[in-house]
Amino acid sequence: MTLFGVSAPALLSQLLLGLVNGSFYAILSLGLAVIFGLLNVVNFAHGAMFMLGAVLAFVGLDALGIGYWAMLVIAPLVVGVLGVALERAMLRFVYHLDHLYGMLLTLGITMVIEGLLRARYGVSGLPYPTPEALTGVLPLGFMVLPQYRVWVVVASLTACVATWYLIDRTRLGAYLRAGTENPRMVMAFGVNFPLMVTLTYGGGVALAAFAGVLAAPVMQVSPLMGQNLIIVVFAVVVIGGMGSILGSIVTGLALGVIEGMAKVFYPELSSTVVFVIMAIVLLMRPAGLFGKKK
Amino acid sequence: MPKPGPSMPTEAPALQISKLQAWYGESHILHDVDLTVRRGEVVTLLGRNGAGRTTTLRAIMGLTGRRLGSIRIGGHEVVHLPVHKVAHHGVGYCPEERAIFASLSCEENLLLPPVLKTSGPAMSVQEIFDLFPNLAERRHSQGTRLSGGEQQMLAVARILRTGANLLLLDEISEGLAPVIVQALARMILMLKKKGYTIVMVEQNFRFAAPLADRFYVMEHGSIIEHFDANELQAKMPVLGSLLGI
Repeated sequence: MTLFGVSAPALLSQLLLGLVNGSFYAILSLGLAVIFGLLNVVNFAHGAMFMLGAVLAFVGLDALGIGYWAMLVIAPLVVGVLGVALERAMLRFVYHLDHLYGMLLTLGITMVIEGLLRARYGVSGLPYPTPEALTGVLPLGFMVLPQYRVWVVVASLTACVATWYLIDRTRLGAYLRAGTENPRMVMAFGVNFPLMVTLTYGGGVALAAFAGVLAAPVMQVSPLMGQNLIIVVFAVVVIGGMGSILGSIVTGLALGVIEGMAKVFYPELSSTVVFVIMAIVLLMRPAGLFGKKK
Repeated sequence: MPKPGPSMPTEAPALQISKLQAWYGESHILHDVDLTVRRGEVVTLLGRNGAGRTTTLRAIMGLTGRRLGSIRIGGHEVVHLPVHKVAHHGVGYCPEERAIFASLSCEENLLLPPVLKTSGPAMSVQEIFDLFPNLAERRHSQGTRLSGGEQQMLAVARILRTGANLLLLDEISEGLAPVIVQALARMILMLKKKGYTIVMVEQNFRFAAPLADRFYVMEHGSIIEHFDANELQAKMPVLGSLLGI
């Protein structure tokens, strides 16, 4: 069976790979958008937090014998606590300044984290096995799906939808949305908004670490793995626009799939297609596909 | 004098400001403002634009820059408190710009301010919808899709739900149709009957005059006059020259 001159299983497996990458884009761009909305900080350290999740998973298994499922909970908690500490100690001093300061600060944090881990673990990929329960394949008749890849898509999307629900449908989320618009007024109503900002940063980077643990078995675990991803994720955020949570999720997935399809039909374009789309979107809709004009 | 505590709340004035100074950045806006509001009173701050009336309300909430002096709410000093702790002394603030959140629905806006820790009896959502039937109809509309009048009702309604008993209302009649201004006047009278303490900043003298028990007049960031409602007639010539009415 062929579709558009390409064998269907090859096309579908690239589609699944695209969805896997798209899931990472979605979960990371979601966190970036929430953090930017509330803290006014472009969190360059998001890639490092993703990487920390993966490296913690590796260290957990390698040095401490803690398995995948436990690290899926522990790594986000550890990184979340680190995020809270960073927010309290440093980030809160740059909210009122130009975006450039927040970007430089988080870029510096990234370099420190990456440098420390590089000194310890080098830059070659660290091996991380697929958890035993998910090593199999799902037979679809005409092709098979690796279970772990399906799990990555399902788990990321569940985390994305849960985050969307929390922000869009709950009372806590209403505080966050209102605070994005007018933090002083939310505080005047008696809400401890600074605390919510701290926890939002912790939560945002914990999501990134969660994605990092998910990525450990399918990507090369290395102190530099966040760098490669974060640039694409920034492009995703620019394309999707900062305004909408669902927009981040949809854009992330769609771009992952587009990238996967590019690998099939025109591999030379696969690493640049996201940036080409970004350029077009910036020209046509500077606020992003789902962004609101200010 | 014993330190007033929660055990003797009725004896302390609802609001007592003394020698309040406030800044926005480098600009010194309020100069030694003294103002006392007893429980259950409706007090109106009069003055020209830029006289410091809005800044006085904002300073009470901690929304200005640096502040000096004393602000006591129900006997408790709040001038040193962070913004998010002031409301919990039973204060509801309705800003001039209304600050309806665009990304929230009418109902979410209404339910946003948390019920305060130290507060009087709060109005239920049903009571609020009885008082403002428009809001019940528009409960699922996006905040900024509401008309100016509806937004104003919402801005006042959402602080009634919190149990705040000291209401700071900034220019609530501004830019609204006469029929809505009349509805707001009836609402103020109803709230007064229920025992709320209200501090209003008003440009619309005809709206404020029949509602207030007492008036303060501000100019250049200071209180320059204060008088009771029954002195209003006698003060009219002075007010005329001060306010240009």
